Amino acid sequence: MIELDETDRALLRALAQDATQSAGALGRKLGLSQPAAWRRVNRLRDAGAIARHRLDLDLAALGFGVTVFLGISLASKGRASLADFERAVSAIPEVQTVQHVLGLYDYRLRVVARDLPDFERVLRRRIMTLPGVGAVDANVLLSEERRPGPL
Amino acid sequence: MRLDDADRRLLRQLLAAPEASTADLATRANMTEATCWRRLTRLRSAGILRGRQAVIDWRKLGWQVEVSLRVTLDKTQPRAFDDFTDAARRVPEILEIQTFLGRVDVRLHVIARDMIHYRQIYRDHILSLPHIADLEALMHLSDIKSDESLPI
Repeated sequence: MIELDETDRALLRALAQDATQSAGALGRKLGLSQPAAWRRVNRLRDAGAIARHRLDLDLAALGFGVTVFLGISLASKGRASLADFERAVSAIPEVQTVQHVLGLYDYRLRVVARDLPDFERVLRRRIMTLPGVGAVDANVLLSEERRPGPL
Repeated sequence: MRLDDADRRLLRQLLAAPEASTADLATRANMTEATCWRRLTRLRSAGILRGRQAVIDWRKLGWQVEVSLRVTLDKTQPRAFDDFTDAARRVPEILEIQTFLGRVDVRLHVIARDMIHYRQIYRDHILSLPHIADLEALMHLSDIKSDESLPI
C-alpha cells in the first residue's frame, strides 16, 4: 500500500480532473517547484497510484448515441468456460469494459452502440453468441457522474 | 465536424496510448507531426476531444473492496431521483453515480478499505439515502477489460 501525504493527495485530485497539466502548472497550484512536482508525479505513477489515463471524448459527437450496461450470467461455470468467455468478450470492439463480479450476475459489461438498432445487432450477433452465455440483463445509461472519491 | 479516415486513425492511436506525445502519436498514426498537431487542435475545438484524466488505482491506495450497488427508487416520489443523487454526492466513498432506463434506476460505485469498513458505509451512509425501494449488490472480483475502447 502506498502512503500519501497531503501534497500527494492534492496532486492526485488535480490529475484525476485534468491529467494534461504540466509539472510546472501543478507546482504553481500547490506551491511546489517544477522539479519537486515532477518528482512527486513520477513517484505516484511508478508506485501504481495512477492506473491509467482515460480520454474524455464526446461519444455522441463521434456517433455513439447509446451506452448500455449488461449483466451476464454464464450457463456453465467451469474454469475453462470463464477463460473462454473472457477472451471472446474482450475482443468485441463495442465492449468497453468487462468486470468479473459476484452476485446476481457473473460479468458486467459496458457496451457502446450508434443507436438502439445498432445495439440490438451487437447484442444478437456478438453478445448472445458468446461461449457459455446464459441470462442477459440490459440497462440503458441515461447519465453518468464521476466523483472525486475519498482523497 | 465530419471525421475522415486520418482522424479515426489518430483517435484509435490516442485511445491506445492516451499519454503519447504529439511526435509519438504522429509516428503511430503515420502522419507528420504538424498534421497531427493540427488535427488534434481541430478535434479539441470541435469539442470531441474534451480532455484526459488520471484514473486512480484505489486498491494500491488501500481501498480493497469495490461494490456496484444497483438501486431501484420509489418512483411514486416525484423528487426521488434528485433527492437520491444529491444525497449520494455527499458520500465520499461513492466514485460513480449512473442513472438508467431499465430495471435498475441508479447504480452507485462504492469503495471501502475492507469488509468491516464497507459494512459501516453501507449501514450508516447507503441505507439512509432517500427513496430506496430495492437494493442489490455486485462485488467486483476483477477488471477483465478496462481500456474503454471504441469501434472507431
